[in-house]
Amino acid sequence: MESLTFRHATTKALPGAAPHAITGVVASGNLEILLERVLPPDACEVAVETPIAGYGAVWAAVVADFVARVQPGGLRISINDGGARPDTVSLRLLQGARLMER
Amino acid sequence: MPASTDPDAVLSGGDEAGPPPPARATARTGMSWYEASARQRVAALCDAGTFAEFLGPTERRTSPHLPLFDLPRAFDDGIVVGRARLDGKPVLVAAQEGRFMGGAFGEVHGAKLIGLLRAALQVRPAAVLILFDTGGVRLQEANAGETAIAEAMRAIAALRAAGVPVIGLVGGRAGAYGGGGLIAGTCARLAVSESGRISVSGPEVIETNRGAEEFDSRDRALVWRTMGGKHRRLIGGADAFCDDTAAGFRAAALDLIARAPAFDLATLEAEQARLAARIARFGDCRDAAEIWARLGVNDPDAVPAMEAAAFAETVARVEEAHHDAR
Amino acid sequence: MTLAEILASLFPDGHAVRVADGLIGGDGPFAEGQATVIGVDGDTALGVEGALALARAVLDAVRVGDGARSADVDAGSARESARKQGLGAGDDRGAVGNGAKAPILVLVDSDSQRMSRRDELLGLNECLAHLAKALLLADQAGHPTVGLIYGHSAAGAFIATALATRVLAALPGADPSVMDLPSVARVTKLPLDKLQEMAKSTPVFAPGLDNMVATGAVHAVLDPGKPLAGQIRALIAEAAAEDVRDRLGAARGGRPVAQAVAEAVAAAALRG
Repeated sequence: MESLTFRHATTKALPGAAPHAITGVVASGNLEILLERVLPPDACEVAVETPIAGYGAVWAAVVADFVARVQPGGLRISINDGGARPDTVSLRLLQGARLMER
Repeated sequence: MPASTDPDAVLSGGDEAGPPPPARATARTGMSWYEASARQRVAALCDAGTFAEFLGPTERRTSPHLPLFDLPRAFDDGIVVGRARLDGKPVLVAAQEGRFMGGAFGEVHGAKLIGLLRAALQVRPAAVLILFDTGGVRLQEANAGETAIAEAMRAIAALRAAGVPVIGLVGGRAGAYGGGGLIAGTCARLAVSESGRISVSGPEVIETNRGAEEFDSRDRALVWRTMGGKHRRLIGGADAFCDDTAAGFRAAALDLIARAPAFDLATLEAEQARLAARIARFGDCRDAAEIWARLGVNDPDAVPAMEAAAFAETVARVEEAHHDAR
Repeated sequence: MTLAEILASLFPDGHAVRVADGLIGGDGPFAEGQATVIGVDGDTALGVEGALALARAVLDAVRVGDGARSADVDAGSARESARKQGLGAGDDRGAVGNGAKAPILVLVDSDSQRMSRRDELLGLNECLAHLAKALLLADQAGHPTVGLIYGHSAAGAFIATALATRVLAALPGADPSVMDLPSVARVTKLPLDKLQEMAKSTPVFAPGLDNMVATGAVHAVLDPGKPLAGQIRALIAEAAAEDVRDRLGAARGGRPVAQAVAEAVAAAALRG
């Protein structure tokens, strides 16, 4: 298993009041994402556990793109990966953010 | 992040064995049960907004063992447990996630079910609902999983004896295989959908041990005939057959709670007679279609493709389907 | 120990326990009353017929213990058929002197469940669950249920027999397992030598008696050098009212978190 952690500063807090949300399932080609509103409003952290080693740069790019688009300030995001493709990861991150905005 | 080798192919007796998925409906309770996740099933089954999870994902009670095998963990270890209301009545609910490790019983997964069942003895809900979706024991935690299955059966027997109905719903991707099939057989009542396969040995397990002549696991039609929901309903192995929707399972659960049998000598004597009669009458049949013909089904070959309404009419004419001591 | 040696040690005054087609049935004088004996011998796989035959004998013992003799014509004829198979015991069994019900001993040296198309077609899950339920009902009715594994057992057969008793004992050399390591290697796609290495430090997945003891599934390992009857009587006397297997698993280290997780869930459920 490879553990990766990415920390980003955000310009604003993610709107909404949901304290936490979960989306996705740990399965082949899929992943689960747990989002928790526990950080300062200008910070976001994404922690990844993946059985597929050596894709740190790809994860970094996907996470950076998500943070830039959504500005998920205040969120700690924890990912259990089952070997998902980058587009699946992006989709799930956006789904998770939407759940937190409720 | 390429596709990995399939980490959830463990003992998932007949995964990917589904019939063509039914047309998807968007309504909350109309979604395909087979396609839905455990969380989606619970939310859609119970009264809207009433589900409260115990030991939810933020608690991070993950498997201490999977990392040894370089396998990813899930925050809920593949089972969702909690309380909710069903038609206003309090219920306790457990739902397995068949896509994570084939829904198999690991140490944490099993212990969450055990905790729920034991608490139910004091909480006295209107029912305990178990949403099965499991290939059986998680091999990486096999001893813990096997023991948890025995603990679950003991706890269910105690609950039933205390008058709390324990209702099983089987319609997930992984079915109810291995020890999951034995727990299902311990429940007071069972509802199945067409996708709800119930067995002990999965098709691949039989083929591996006995050869493809005994059971060709790639013959999906054979798998469905032998282990699928329609066969189980026709021979009396399940008490209700429902559409592959949360609404279907909800209606079935409400109906079954109201007619849960006692757990006593009379019930088990009746079950003994029921099962002995089944073996005496169908023990020489090689295929489910032969059994259905002997049950009096006019066109057994038409059963697999039968729509729910037509199947319900067929079931109504089969006496064995109404022998429901369990 | 062989089954014959075990029976001789359990019933020094003789017994009426027979084996037919790998299925054990009968009874013998035990403590101040009679004990019912069922089980599986000779590494036999448990199929639909075997499960029902064993369940028949258990339900008969419950009926006798309830004092509800011959109240049910169906049960009477079923008991007759069970006796023809050498499984049923006589009607003269009864309570053990002081009002305690007759023990039911489950002796196990089995294969796994019988793996066949026919067994699944006929509802093996129902038949195995029925046997387990019969044992659980007997336990609820006050019959001490004690398992004794003296050989192999695995998977569904293990769950339906030995694991459905209140107290499970083992003899040294017993070999309970869920799946053997070569099969685990196939399914997990891990090399066998790595699994063998992991098995030394990780009881949770590895086959064998020591690991099942550590998990809490097996309560005690008996001493074959001493009379088994006394050891079984002591286990019955000490048996806890509740299911202690997760507590044992935590204390012995074979299931490090199960008890704590179950208690956390139960506590949340009880918080109303």
